[in-house]
Amino acid sequence: MSAATTPAVAVTPARPGRPALLAGLVALTGAAVTGLLVGPAGIDAGQALFALADALPWVEVDHHLTEVEMRVLFDIRLPRVVMGAVVGAVLALAGAAYQGVFRNPLADPYLLGVAAGAGLGATLAFSWSGTEALVALFALAGGLVAVVITYTLGRSVGGRTTTSLILAGVAVAAFATAIQTYVLQRHVESIREVYSWILGRLITVGWSEVVGLAPYAAVSALVLIGSRRLLDVLALGDEEATALGVRVSMVRWVLVAAATLATAAAVSVSGLIGFVGIIVPHTIRILFGWSYRVIVPLSVLFGAAFLVTADLAARTLVAPGELPIGVVTAFFGAPFFLLVLRTIRRAP
Amino acid sequence: MIGWREVEVSYDGNRVLGPVTLEVGDGEWLGLIGPNGAGKSTMLKAAVGVVDHRGTVSLGNGRRRVGLDVAWMPQRPNLPEDMGVADYVLLGRTPHVGHLGSESRHDVESARAAVERLDLADLARRPLGTLSGGEAQRAVLARAIAQEAPILLLDEPTANLDIGHGIEVLEVVDELRRREGLTVVTAVHDLTLAGRFAERLALLAKGVIVADGPPGEVLTEELLTAHYGPGIRVIEDADGPTVVPVRRSIG
Repeated sequence: MSAATTPAVAVTPARPGRPALLAGLVALTGAAVTGLLVGPAGIDAGQALFALADALPWVEVDHHLTEVEMRVLFDIRLPRVVMGAVVGAVLALAGAAYQGVFRNPLADPYLLGVAAGAGLGATLAFSWSGTEALVALFALAGGLVAVVITYTLGRSVGGRTTTSLILAGVAVAAFATAIQTYVLQRHVESIREVYSWILGRLITVGWSEVVGLAPYAAVSALVLIGSRRLLDVLALGDEEATALGVRVSMVRWVLVAAATLATAAAVSVSGLIGFVGIIVPHTIRILFGWSYRVIVPLSVLFGAAFLVTADLAARTLVAPGELPIGVVTAFFGAPFFLLVLRTIRRAP
Repeated sequence: MIGWREVEVSYDGNRVLGPVTLEVGDGEWLGLIGPNGAGKSTMLKAAVGVVDHRGTVSLGNGRRRVGLDVAWMPQRPNLPEDMGVADYVLLGRTPHVGHLGSESRHDVESARAAVERLDLADLARRPLGTLSGGEAQRAVLARAIAQEAPILLLDEPTANLDIGHGIEVLEVVDELRRREGLTVVTAVHDLTLAGRFAERLALLAKGVIVADGPPGEVLTEELLTAHYGPGIRVIEDADGPTVVPVRRSIG
């Protein structure tokens, strides 16, 4: 153990490898292009491809799309694909952040009551006002209130442990769902609307929703990606992170706030889309490594690709009808959730 | 320098430590000894602010900059099982890296030096979950050393090590202490080992310091049997006191 004899020890900060980044980019591009070319309007895929290429800067390609087809492509399909990508990226990021902050591989917007809180907020908005504009605001407020209550309860009950926090989240979610059910029973007329929202949809999305979501998504993505190294530090536990000079409570607050803001904003435009936050980060973890410095950036790419693909499935599987996208993600997500649960239980 | 002044720690209203007043000078090695539950770990935890305490802990002459001024090696560290050894040691540089920043060349170099110093070069890429108890122990110490803090608090640094590796690890710490002038405080169960390396021992019992001085003065049969119970013999030789167990039923 005296002087080192081995040269060149491999000590390098973890980062996503080039193959992983490439795979993510290919997956996202593939999903987005397919999403743009496929749809019930019956636009010729080849011509649509030319039109898309033509829209790129410094590229000129001839195409034969009509004005209506152009509008379908650029004002219906494109915003939907972009929205799917943003919502998917944000949900995957939030899931990864919650898992890191709470050191719980099953943590996601559902466990913390964020989704239920957002759902309650949206239900209240539907029942009381019926105004679409208020739904987003109420969902946002509901999600934030839920996570604040979860956090406060968890701390007051269990001190510095994180398990108490998750339990508090379950209780908050149950409570919010109970109130939501009560409100729904009192306002039977809005049940259909609320259920279609709860199941998730990207159907009615246009550019205005994309523009509305973008700032929230950008802010929280910047915070979460910037904090990826800290998520690795938090993996050492509160005590050891504190001893390394990290102000654990403050960092946890900032990360939870960022993740919740993103989730609630996404939920308010797209409805409740579950399991993205569990499927995507775990798949990345299995394929490309344990470090949040790898998982967080890649979650953006793969989360976006995943949800665009799920949306494609939602609108083609029962065409000309459409499945709620939340049904598609749950179909793949629920078995995946059980798989993760099994591997955790097997670990010591 | 690290000093505890009137430090007290309570869990649920029960006082488990203190009041404790103790000062360890620059470059000094103090061994904290005492029976299970005497408060050794708690005293170290109070110093890095991971348990709430009354009284004050001073590091050097300034305010307490946990992480930069003091490094702590916990008795039961969390070892994320998929994390690689080198990545783990690199986390020791956290106090030097901004919250949103990433490691500089110097940070990577310090981590590399710590990996080599603890003979972990061949294990650098191994996940923590695959290490033996002793290897993991060295990884944790390497992380603490990578912090390059002037004060090292080590809670049972030799707990999972055989006697040979135990001595080796403490030699590494001693070499660092002499070369860099580190202040070292170790909580150690092995009384003989504690006396061989520490210049000064403090005996904690039921949360308070009952003896404080050079090993020859603290490791006496009278003091040890009073606080650990009967069945302890102390043999003095040129290297210092050696503590050996004696069967109570026979002795």
